[in-house]
Amino acid sequence: MPNFIMSYLGSTLTPGEAGNQFWALVYVLVIFAGVSVAVIAMNWIERKALAHFQIRLGPMRVGPHGLLQPFADALKLMLKEDIIPSEADQFVFWVAPLIGLLAAFTVYTVIPFGPSQAVSDMNIGILFMLGVSSLGVLGIVVAGWASNSNYPLIGALRSSAQMVSYEVAMGLAVVSAILMTSLNSTGTGTLSMIGIVQAQQQQGVWFIFKFFPLGFIAFAIFAIAMVAETNRAPFDMAEAESELTAGYHTEYSGFRWSLFMLSEYAAMIAVSSIAVTLWLGGWMRPFPNLLHAPAWEFVFSLFPALTFGGLAAIAFIGTVRMPSHSFFKIQRIGLAVFGALLGLVALLLLLIAIAGHSADETLASRFKESIGHVYWFVLKVAVFMYLFIWYRATWPRYRFDQLMKIGWKVMLPISLGVLMITAIVGVIFS
Amino acid sequence: MSASTKDGDNDISSRAVSHLDLDAPDKTYLDSNELIINMGPQHPATHGVLRVILKLDGEKVLGTECVIGYLHRGVEKIAENRTYTMFNPYVDRMDYVAAVSNGLGYCEAVEKLMNVEAPARAKYIRVILTELNRIASHQLWLGTHALDIGAMTPLFYTFRDREEILKIFERYCGARLTTHAFRIGGCQYETYAGFEKDVKNFLTFVAPKIDEYEALLTTNRIWLERTKNVGVISAADAIALGVTGPVLRASGVRWDLRKAQPYAAYSDFDFEIPIGEKGDTYDRYLVRMAEMRQSLRIIEQAVNGIPEGPIMGKVPKVIKPPVGEIYHSIEAPKGELGYFIVSDGSTQPYRIRVRPPSFVNLQALDIMVRGLLVADVIAVIGTLDIVLGEVDR
Repeated sequence: MPNFIMSYLGSTLTPGEAGNQFWALVYVLVIFAGVSVAVIAMNWIERKALAHFQIRLGPMRVGPHGLLQPFADALKLMLKEDIIPSEADQFVFWVAPLIGLLAAFTVYTVIPFGPSQAVSDMNIGILFMLGVSSLGVLGIVVAGWASNSNYPLIGALRSSAQMVSYEVAMGLAVVSAILMTSLNSTGTGTLSMIGIVQAQQQQGVWFIFKFFPLGFIAFAIFAIAMVAETNRAPFDMAEAESELTAGYHTEYSGFRWSLFMLSEYAAMIAVSSIAVTLWLGGWMRPFPNLLHAPAWEFVFSLFPALTFGGLAAIAFIGTVRMPSHSFFKIQRIGLAVFGALLGLVALLLLLIAIAGHSADETLASRFKESIGHVYWFVLKVAVFMYLFIWYRATWPRYRFDQLMKIGWKVMLPISLGVLMITAIVGVIFS
Repeated sequence: MSASTKDGDNDISSRAVSHLDLDAPDKTYLDSNELIINMGPQHPATHGVLRVILKLDGEKVLGTECVIGYLHRGVEKIAENRTYTMFNPYVDRMDYVAAVSNGLGYCEAVEKLMNVEAPARAKYIRVILTELNRIASHQLWLGTHALDIGAMTPLFYTFRDREEILKIFERYCGARLTTHAFRIGGCQYETYAGFEKDVKNFLTFVAPKIDEYEALLTTNRIWLERTKNVGVISAADAIALGVTGPVLRASGVRWDLRKAQPYAAYSDFDFEIPIGEKGDTYDRYLVRMAEMRQSLRIIEQAVNGIPEGPIMGKVPKVIKPPVGEIYHSIEAPKGELGYFIVSDGSTQPYRIRVRPPSFVNLQALDIMVRGLLVADVIAVIGTLDIVLGEVDR
């Protein structure tokens, strides 16, 4: 093995910091593939969960319980005719979905899935993230404008107004979390995403619970603003299907349309990751300082295996509960195989957890730790993703002027106040 | 646009415009161009094939014009070439979500023209089915209205519960939607065995479900913001425009034909007319929710007090009303549904004119949405509860 591959393995830095281009590329590819798979999975989960909220079954035909539906959809979208309206601005119309996609995926370079599980650890990580993720709205505005059609144009205008109203409150909420990172002995804060999580570890508290309820309010503001930022219900005015038919992507179809969907979901995951990193302890498992005995370490390291085991169990229960009619034979087999795969993953994770527990500072233990970090991070993000679906199932849509009213008249003053009080409290207590 | 003078402000004729002048310049914000948008006839939220031409300043509505006729089937003309009995099923196709009400209005109008009366039992059956249909119609309204405003879930809840009503219809007469439940002179079908039990089961089933819809919406902050003070229409304006039904009652006018000029067996029952105060979208929502509960009350009384006896009155085999004309109206779920029938003494009506509540209520759209935003246009179209089959006929 070349030296530049092996030398990194013992490092505790991110590949970006260590200056190792090879592993950075590997991480980029892994994250890109991972996010794409997550989007596909999210597509299925959203349709299923939404259906169950609404006393429906959701996709049931393509694969057992519709598990292959996202793949069928993706295939269909790729095979569809690629239409560019004759009145549209061809080049801008072509480039608009790419802007959104680029913005949504570039953000992932600084998201820390673990202390060293990130492409890079920029010292201005959070600034970079906020800046790049807001670029996503440019794609929407440009798409609406290039379509040369009224509904997309209104959708685009709504989207830009929405972004302007929410970005400020969002930024101030983020600043109040960053202020909290400086409450240590040296008094220096950090903008690095990894640094923010480490600050929470040092202070022994997730920032959501810090100076209760200050941290919580800032978190809540961010949680609302991030829904608005990603144009999701109840702030989905840019695409408001009952008002603007499909909003900014009315004129888009086929693969270009799917790029918009891809970037929307990728952006959802990205902003959820920011929230998790800033307020929910990022990759940290619950109580890392309190319950740090090796026995607890072991218990918590079993969680990934247990999760996959649980999913496998659900799949097997589903297999058993399927009607016995021969029509369902293939579906039953398919679901059983899927369950078996999940079970296999669970077994593998269990083995790694046990091997990593018995041996110190080996590859297995490092592997176990990385899996733990990624697992807890993804689990926290998954909670947010579920909330996104829950919001969509529960709430009506805000009107565009009401949304701006809330942004400017409610959230901005509150976040400003929280920022100032956090600063004062921080000075007093440090 | 209408140039409203100071005293013209109270006069509906100066504010209600039937035709939107697209070229007339309006004062817009920053003197920008107006945006003309065709909402419909293919649009997810115009409840069918309504086309609304919107003149917008940004998102603010400067004026609207409804273009209708995309679902015109010439129902009134068809009537002139059919016998009275043959035309009966056609009326179901007007307001197809409240077909039973349409049939009731038509049958009663012809009965009145012939001066016959349906027997008491038939009247009770009619009341039960019509009120069930009112609940079904309101449920469909609620689901689609909430969907327009962005709440997806109530739609599925209301459709689940509406299904139980349709099942009762299906067991009674074999059809679910265009039921053709009544005949001139009474009902064709005796109630099936277990009809009363089914209806009573439905009453106990649906009462908590209505609470469930309300739990999702009534105190929901977003719902309140989207519906309060949106699409306000004053009582005077509503009366001047001929608006009827829940839309009129939400403006504070206690006018319900079931009380004002009782038909069928409505004088036998004890129920209230819910009214609103402001006449905004939220009031109309509350009124319709309360109406569903009142309908449950009526059904309960009717099903408990249903008399024995024949279900068909003394009508001849060939229906041949005497020369004359009649106007008979009933309180359909959407408002006053009237039938004006001219008879020349033959087996076919000389002319039938229907006064459809949806069509008349739709006239209020322009007054209600001017100055609001695009999103409110959708909410107001939803709250007017129009059915295009009835608007166009």
